[in-house]
Amino acid sequence: MSADAQVPESDDRKKFLYVNRRAPYGTIYALESLEVVLIGAAFDQDVSIAFFDDGVYQILKNQDTSGIGMKNFSPTYRALGDYEVTKLYVEKESLDERGLSPDDLMEITYEDEDDDWEEKPSIRVVERAKLSEIMAEQDVILSF
Amino acid sequence: MPYQLNGTVVEHDEEGYIQELDKWSKELAELIAEDEKIEMTDEHWEVVNFLRDYYEEYQIAPAVRVLIKAIKKSMGKDKGNNKYLYTLFPYGPAKQACKIAGLPKPTGCV
Repeated sequence: MSADAQVPESDDRKKFLYVNRRAPYGTIYALESLEVVLIGAAFDQDVSIAFFDDGVYQILKNQDTSGIGMKNFSPTYRALGDYEVTKLYVEKESLDERGLSPDDLMEITYEDEDDDWEEKPSIRVVERAKLSEIMAEQDVILSF
Repeated sequence: MPYQLNGTVVEHDEEGYIQELDKWSKELAELIAEDEKIEMTDEHWEVVNFLRDYYEEYQIAPAVRVLIKAIKKSMGKDKGNNKYLYTLFPYGPAKQACKIAGLPKPTGCV
């Protein structure tokens, strides 16, 4: 990594967590949340996203919206790495309760600048208790 | 005023981005470029085609810094830099090239 790419940690850099609890279609929340994340990513904050309750459906693989006449925006989650949003927490209990496993989720990766651009998974499945800890560490939580 | 091409009319928003993405064609791109005072060269097309591929894959028009990084990765640092891209598209490589590529205004471009 070249020296000019290093951004100094400043005091006004805050930890932002975007919380997604609703199914992707039927309401505008999921899409709005994603757009806010992408716009917010321009402001160089420490951004992460959490998916729980029906929010886990947002990152399910093989989404097909042809029957409901809405745009399938799920491919956009795979662009999050380009926007340097690399922490996507998924609550394990929410997956279990819906009969889902991590294999049912899209493959979302980022390239680690500090590790020779190695491709790494962005999705981290965590238990409820761990997610509470993560939430407690945040400066700002935005719930959708 | 909407874009007019071979007798068909293509609506755009107040900034010139077309509304129906499937109305796009190479001819329309040339017309939009003309409005933007840009003469399309192979180098311009390379960026426009790159953006269309990016949109096809991710369903999103990338913000300028994301675009520059992605071009750097795919075409090397001679092209993936501010100077080169702003020389091609003086009013902003993401904004202008997206308009010509028939895509929405880049997300994260406020």
